[in-house]
Amino acid sequence: MVNGNPIIEGFIEAIELIITLDPQVVEITIRSLYVSLTATFFAALIALPLGALIYFYEFRGKHAVVSTLQTLYALPTVIVGLIVFLLLSNVGPFGFLRFLYTPGGMIVAQTVLIIPLLMGLTVSALSGIDRDKRYTITALGASRLQTVMTIIAEARFAVMSGVLLGFGRAIAEVGTVMIVGGNIRGATRVLTTAIALNTSMANYSLSIALGIILLAVALGVNIALSLVQRR
Amino acid sequence: MTVIEAHNIRKSYGSLEVLHDVDLSVEEGEILGLIGPSGSGKSTLLRLLDLIEPANAGELSVFGIDTVADHGTWLDLRRRMGMLFQRPIVFNSSVYDNVAMGLRYRRAPGDNIDRKVKEALEAVGLSRYIKSRAIDLSGGEQQRVALSRVLVTDPEILFLDEPTANLDPTSTATIEAIVTRLNREAGMTVLISTHDLAQGQRLADRVGVMIAGTIAQTGPSREIFREPKNQQIARFVGVQNIIPARVVSRRGDFTVVEAREKEILSATPPPAEEVEMVVRGEDISLHRRKPGYEEAENLFPATVTAIEPTAPFVNVTVHCGCDLVALVTARRAEALGLHEGMEVWVSLQAKAVHLIPRAER
Repeated sequence: MVNGNPIIEGFIEAIELIITLDPQVVEITIRSLYVSLTATFFAALIALPLGALIYFYEFRGKHAVVSTLQTLYALPTVIVGLIVFLLLSNVGPFGFLRFLYTPGGMIVAQTVLIIPLLMGLTVSALSGIDRDKRYTITALGASRLQTVMTIIAEARFAVMSGVLLGFGRAIAEVGTVMIVGGNIRGATRVLTTAIALNTSMANYSLSIALGIILLAVALGVNIALSLVQRR
Repeated sequence: MTVIEAHNIRKSYGSLEVLHDVDLSVEEGEILGLIGPSGSGKSTLLRLLDLIEPANAGELSVFGIDTVADHGTWLDLRRRMGMLFQRPIVFNSSVYDNVAMGLRYRRAPGDNIDRKVKEALEAVGLSRYIKSRAIDLSGGEQQRVALSRVLVTDPEILFLDEPTANLDPTSTATIEAIVTRLNREAGMTVLISTHDLAQGQRLADRVGVMIAGTIAQTGPSREIFREPKNQQIARFVGVQNIIPARVVSRRGDFTVVEAREKEILSATPPPAEEVEMVVRGEDISLHRRKPGYEEAENLFPATVTAIEPTAPFVNVTVHCGCDLVALVTARRAEALGLHEGMEVWVSLQAKAVHLIPRAER
């Protein structure tokens, strides 16, 4: 195998790394999942109620708010990374938290990154409940609160799709975790930053192994999405 | 007792005025049919009366309680009423949970909910689907789920917004039978909107005709169909003959009108000098030869000019100075041996000739 093509060789080694549960691969994968899942959780905690508020309350400029959110879906990750970096750095207002270059900081950055997406998708999920359904809920004698709860329950699968999409964006992005986390080995290195680093160091087998895992996670999210959307 | 009393109701969406000058009162225990073309405001009116949305202006009292001054009573009032919509609407949950919704909103005890839901599904013949997901059912079945969901809450007033517009005849019959039975046995007040004239006649004690955002006429369905107040209503209720005429004299209890030099007797007192005769096609009888004994006040010869089958009837146009369209059963048309150019005798009772003032053009 010494004289083989480095790509094919890397691929074979990558499979080995995964099958033998290489400690480095496992550690990076678990950290990646931990950071992005936690970020998705906090983002959902903040974005779902806010999205519901935007949907249920009529206010001036509602349309503008929703358009802005939709624009922020494509928020460049490096911009969020830069902003969160500045906020968390020693000279920034939240420097005292000592979050920079920690998984905590990365969670904050990814949370900020996907909040607009989750809010926007929550608004559209709730808007998917048509007028006749809302009339029916009212006609059945629902109070204001019961109406809100029924509409949210009815939109649950659409909201869940939004959350899954948010998680997909978080785990696949490299910009914020690189800037805010710093890609420190054994501390803040995640799948995407490890792939970037190892590829630049021509350490293809590890990159490919991590890439396969990242693809598998993305695939898993996609399968979950289609299951949810079929409901 | 009057359960709904509405005066001068007005409703607009933006610059679009949907309802204006609506006056309506509904008596406890009656079935009131609202008929009218699409877009005449039937659905909107039902939503206003069910307190789903507020009117822009006007007075509305429900169960004798003024609803305009105090919106605080709306939830309680709304919980004494129920509404079934045109499109079958079910929620993404089991049939059981769908039917239980209204009772859960009212915080009914669990065993009570269980019993009522099972009874209601039994009544609409859907017991076997109790655990199925409601969105997997067919349209007709979904509408029956929606009906049981309303009925478990024992509404005192039931609003039905074109409830069978998209349904097969069996589901339609089931829903009509249930509604009629509840009205007879439980004395439930029912307001049903429909563009199906036959359904309106079949179910309703009293009919209101909505034209262009207002109620143009209310009365027993016989009156609406035989004695429409104006030309628009006459057209909507399917009157084949609306013929301009002029009042010439009175003869006993009858009014003599003249249409194209043909004198016709009507039992309607003259509403104006220039009138229109409103005659339903099924009230015109055709005979092969002059009947020996005929009670009808109007009897005259005419020529068949057109025969148009509209199963199970045949529209026969006869010329007798003016053109009249008679509605004849296919069997009768065959027995008469009708063909174009044939000479026939026409008989028409004076009370089948309704007069309305001529519409200004």
